[in-house]
Amino acid sequence: MEILALLGDGMLIALQPLNLLLIIAGVTVGLFIGAMPGLGSVNGVAILLPITFLVPPSGAIIFLAAIYYGAMYGGAISSVTLGIPGASTAVATTFDGRPMALKGQASLALVTAAIASFIGGSVANIIFTGFAPVLASVALSFGPPEIFALMLLAFATFVGLGGEDIPKTILSICLGLVLGAIGFDQISGAPRLVLFDINAFLQGIGFLVLAIGVYGIGEMLWTIEQTRGEVENNTPKMTARGMASDARTALREGWKGTAIGSFLGFFVGILPAAGATPASLMSYGVAKMTSRNPEKFGRGSVDGVAAPEAANNSASTGSMLPMLTLGIPGSPTTAILLGGMVIWGLVPGPRLFVDETEFVWGLIGSFYISNMAALFINLAFIPVFIWMLRMPFTILAPMIFVLSIVGGYAATRDMFDIWLILIFGFGALVLRRLDYPLAPAVLAIVLGPIAEPTLRQSLLLSSGDPMIFFTRPVAGPITVIAIILILLPALKLFRRKKATPAIGE
Amino acid sequence: MSITKRALLQLSCAGLLAITPMAAMAQEWEPRRPIDFVIMAGPGGGADQIARFIQSVAEQHDMTSRPLVPNNKGGGSGAEALLHVNAASDPDHTLLVTLNSFFTTPLRQANLGIDIQTFTPIAMMGVDPFVLWMHVDSGITDFEGFLAQARAMNGEFVMGGTGTGQEDSIVIAFMSGAYGLDIKYIPYDGGGAVARDLAGQQIMATVNNPAEAKGFYEAGNFVPLLAFSDERLPAYPDVPTIRELGHEFSYYNQRAVVGAPGMSDEAAAYYRDLFTKVYESEEWQGYLQSESLAPLWMDADGQRAYWNTQVESHRVLLSRLDG
Repeated sequence: MEILALLGDGMLIALQPLNLLLIIAGVTVGLFIGAMPGLGSVNGVAILLPITFLVPPSGAIIFLAAIYYGAMYGGAISSVTLGIPGASTAVATTFDGRPMALKGQASLALVTAAIASFIGGSVANIIFTGFAPVLASVALSFGPPEIFALMLLAFATFVGLGGEDIPKTILSICLGLVLGAIGFDQISGAPRLVLFDINAFLQGIGFLVLAIGVYGIGEMLWTIEQTRGEVENNTPKMTARGMASDARTALREGWKGTAIGSFLGFFVGILPAAGATPASLMSYGVAKMTSRNPEKFGRGSVDGVAAPEAANNSASTGSMLPMLTLGIPGSPTTAILLGGMVIWGLVPGPRLFVDETEFVWGLIGSFYISNMAALFINLAFIPVFIWMLRMPFTILAPMIFVLSIVGGYAATRDMFDIWLILIFGFGALVLRRLDYPLAPAVLAIVLGPIAEPTLRQSLLLSSGDPMIFFTRPVAGPITVIAIILILLPALKLFRRKKATPAIGE
Repeated sequence: MSITKRALLQLSCAGLLAITPMAAMAQEWEPRRPIDFVIMAGPGGGADQIARFIQSVAEQHDMTSRPLVPNNKGGGSGAEALLHVNAASDPDHTLLVTLNSFFTTPLRQANLGIDIQTFTPIAMMGVDPFVLWMHVDSGITDFEGFLAQARAMNGEFVMGGTGTGQEDSIVIAFMSGAYGLDIKYIPYDGGGAVARDLAGQQIMATVNNPAEAKGFYEAGNFVPLLAFSDERLPAYPDVPTIRELGHEFSYYNQRAVVGAPGMSDEAAAYYRDLFTKVYESEEWQGYLQSESLAPLWMDADGQRAYWNTQVESHRVLLSRLDG
């Protein structure tokens, strides 16, 4: 029970007045940074890093970790209320959060997001506290073939779903993969698909640019077209009782998604190549696949909000693990935190847990406190965001447009991205009219750039022999499951043709 | 077109300065907006660590009136960063943190149209040596053991690196050539990822900067076998250099700050002064020591001359690599 004693000490450090103040400030700042389209935890942590020189290192990292946490909660807010992903980690939240808001269930969606985030964060904290050193070695056992197998599994969860038009899903994935391949090739360093010789394409297409285009602009255009601007405003007023009943509904209908997101998110988060964005997308896919009502996903499923939100919080804690135990960042945000630790004179890596006990456990203790603080601060702000939703559509629509453009520009400060956002917005409208699902394209642009290099690295390792994905002890089972999932719809079709009735799904 | 505009603007600025009685004005150039601090590599690697360290030193001592904003553009072995800085709309507020890809990428990709001599030399913060590492569990403790195993595995010995044409691949190519080794080379997107996969034993050996491998070395996971520096590294006194083994070879990664082409003399003077202060700070000197970097301070003319010799020597090294 030495761990509990250390954790207790750590919590006491986190509860010191200065640190507690930093947690509350960090979570609040993070919440708004996360809610601002375009700005995510990466930007928040990078912008505020210099401020942390004013406080001791343990306070500094607690502050930054609190921002990280707050941003994970905040990302859901604009995903639900405006339909623009607040941060890349919250894109999967728009898939069902936005439809819920349109159905007048915005408060239920936000409460679900908050509770799922809290549970995801708590589960991750407990696993982290108990098993950090063991899990670090698990993370290291994932080489290129294992990571590729995992990516294959992620794609499989999106393809192998019954009920949807599979050829269209595959086409959408391919579109995302092509967009993700634009720019410099990581393996050879050669430029690819530099369309019209525009140098800006060399940098590749930012995932957030696509997401804002598709969900910010595209969604708004779709709504305008469908309703001729006369959107019925059916968002009810918030009451304390309403929120309590929302919380009960969220737990009742979203427990499964929350559970999947909490565990899967943590696991994907500790893998070095991944991070919270792939974690949330994968959890969404798995939640949909295992759900009894997969047809509700994309149309306002509570599970569909709970899974990615639990996952992104869980993964953000998870990605701290390789950073602290190995000195390897698990996500872009932790890469910046790592830089901060070097600056504060700490050496991240395997010795940190031994040499800097107070720092490490103070930080872990602060995860628990931050998670709690984020839940309450978030719940307290929900009525404000709901009030925003009650504005007439004629005010809301231009606001979404402006936020999309400003958010898209803020991320890279490049005008080129604005044109891309507009092109993607109109492109999304066309595809949507033709009934193409867009979520798989978004998934592909995130996972493609992880899958492609790991595929090529694996094949280099095996001198071109694809059996490497089947013979390795961890990669093998994952690859087999992925392939079964991809073939599942075909198998179902086959069985149906053989006229075997009454087979439960 | 933009060059003409810029020249006109400079002319008019010069004109304004001429009428102002204060001749000292030029001395007092200060950044008027946040400085775009472009890094030729992705987050987490050696170059990124250094850029963020420099930023923090400047921030901590309040050395700049406007902040340095790190901007990772690691795509295409730094080509992305070079293009970005080459076409900077505001050269007085655009700086580049460089690696040796500053020399190799324009050589390998001539179609980019980058002439590094148009860039503005600012400061040489130090040079980073390379060391050959293996995992402790391999049981190999010296370079002889490495050679024996690499030869025994006959083309199946796997090393990781940051890509063909990158710094570590040049070192590996020289070593393979000198000792007749056949090595399977897996490219990764940064030195941090390379070290991670050595720690997980996905690959068998790496050529990493000490800064990237230090954590694993101190935890007892990595063994240093050979240094590619001129002399033994103070932090690794028992590790022989390749020179001691009779090869006239050493290789360092430059850690330099460079200004955008067309940066005004006043701005360049300001930044040189700024980075001299950073260089002389206790923190930076401590960093050089703890991360085994070697100092190589030089003035602007010295840097230009250094660029020339590096371009020439890399031309030779790369031709060997491709041939």
